[in-house]
Amino acid sequence: MKRPLRVYAILYLAFLYAPIALLPLFAFNDGTVIAFPLRGFTWEWFRQLAEIPALHAAVLNSLTIALSSAALATCLGILAARAATRFAFPGKKGIMGLIMLPLVLPEIIVAVSLLVVLLQLGLSLGAWTVILGHVLICTPFSIAILNSAFQSLDLSLEEAAIDLGETRWSSFRLITLPLVMPGIISSLLISFTISLDEFIIAFFLTGTEPTLPVYLWGQLRFPQKIPVVMALGTILVVASVILLTIAEYFRRRGAARTGQADTGGFL
Amino acid sequence: MNEGRTKRRHGRSETAQGYLLVATPFAYALLLLAVPLGAIVMFSFWTQDYLTLDKTLTLKNYREAFSEPLYGELLIRSLLVSGAVTLATVLTAFPIAYFVSFYVPPERKSMWIFLITIPFWTSYLIRVFLWKVILGYNGVFNTTLLGLGIIDEPLTFILYNVNAVVITLAHAYAPFAILPIFVALEKIDRTLLEAGRDLGESYVMTFFRVTLPLAMPGVVAAVLIVFIPTIGDYVTPRLVGGPDGLMIANMIQTQFLKLNNAPMGAALAVLAMAMVGAVALVFLALTRRFLRGQ
Repeated sequence: MKRPLRVYAILYLAFLYAPIALLPLFAFNDGTVIAFPLRGFTWEWFRQLAEIPALHAAVLNSLTIALSSAALATCLGILAARAATRFAFPGKKGIMGLIMLPLVLPEIIVAVSLLVVLLQLGLSLGAWTVILGHVLICTPFSIAILNSAFQSLDLSLEEAAIDLGETRWSSFRLITLPLVMPGIISSLLISFTISLDEFIIAFFLTGTEPTLPVYLWGQLRFPQKIPVVMALGTILVVASVILLTIAEYFRRRGAARTGQADTGGFL
Repeated sequence: MNEGRTKRRHGRSETAQGYLLVATPFAYALLLLAVPLGAIVMFSFWTQDYLTLDKTLTLKNYREAFSEPLYGELLIRSLLVSGAVTLATVLTAFPIAYFVSFYVPPERKSMWIFLITIPFWTSYLIRVFLWKVILGYNGVFNTTLLGLGIIDEPLTFILYNVNAVVITLAHAYAPFAILPIFVALEKIDRTLLEAGRDLGESYVMTFFRVTLPLAMPGVVAAVLIVFIPTIGDYVTPRLVGGPDGLMIANMIQTQFLKLNNAPMGAALAVLAMAMVGAVALVFLALTRRFLRGQ
């Protein structure tokens, strides 16, 4: 069984990577039509990226939103994961279920329901409304990552610190926090990546200042702008691969630090 | 007795501490998720005429949703597409999860999982757009097949229809199916499989009678985590679906942002959720016997 399965696995990986592998081909292709055969090598599309002020504004907007969402979602994630792994309380299943719900809820449902409430309250849309939505969808991922970080923690370490005269808070700060720090960093990076890439919620809640994906969506309608989009996409892919590799490094280090078996994966 | 009292006091403070910690994230989810979801349901019973919102409760939107064939068609199609995507994704994902869990050496498992998850984290919009490039008339797929002499003219049934939507979504949700199945397979005690074979079962029978039932919780999780969000996908039907591949999310967006008819959009959103919810519950009921003891 091993050989056919290995062949299948390699074909499947090819399927998974097909779109990403094409991206740089067209980003460096000296032709405006996105089809084979390729024409020649050019840096033109990358050069053009530097000259679009609307794109720069969108990137800046997205970075602000992603940084804020990552920070807020990770704070909420720490609180919820700590509560879920360390304490027993009535109604825990229901409470955690509601917090984790955005993981399976279609994003369009989250987007329209928030939109309806915000508009009814007469609030104007902007970066902050996108942040509200993104924190909601990033928190479950943050909790999933931090749960495994907190779960593998040896409770007796904290108890020992308390017995030795530390307060609850100082033992948390001195013992628990450093041990789960890799999980926190990993959660920040994953939340940042999710927010940076999220389209639907941003599309509904962004108001007049588009985020990067909303800007991209607008560009996809114009065939002559596609090569520039491919160039931008290449940069985005490289950036997310770097971020994810760092996140994975910290996740593994965290797993190693708390002596837990490494099963891999963020989910 | 003294011990009992400390224990109880300790227990109470445990509860209080748990609530204290979970209060903020819970309040956030309550205010920004539960309340808006409630609002959407309420909205679906209102009506809107351009900018004036009529708050008298009525079933008008639902009646319209059931009488207007387009809405019904979109809802049914969305459900079928989600079902097809789920089937395709879970069936193709299982062998991968099985391979990584059973045949990849332990020290290289996390690398495989990492490799599988990377494409999922790269720009969703651009990934979907590239499927359009791959599946198009002059696309990569057709050019390759033509070049190899396998086909004489470009295949047209792979872009701007439901097939394209299914392929693209199966790609987008692959890790969501692989990871839960992988986790379930990892939990299986390998000695059970050896026992099965020692007792004279063939590899195939051991797989169907031991491995698969034990992996079912992962399969069920994979089905739900792919099926439910897929119904609300907006980008894929819009980019690769063509006119016959549009789904309910596209109509919800039109109602909200173009037609200014939020109540109708809300009613469609509620209907879509009710439908996936019902299907998910039936599915859970059917697979319950595999989940016992989990």
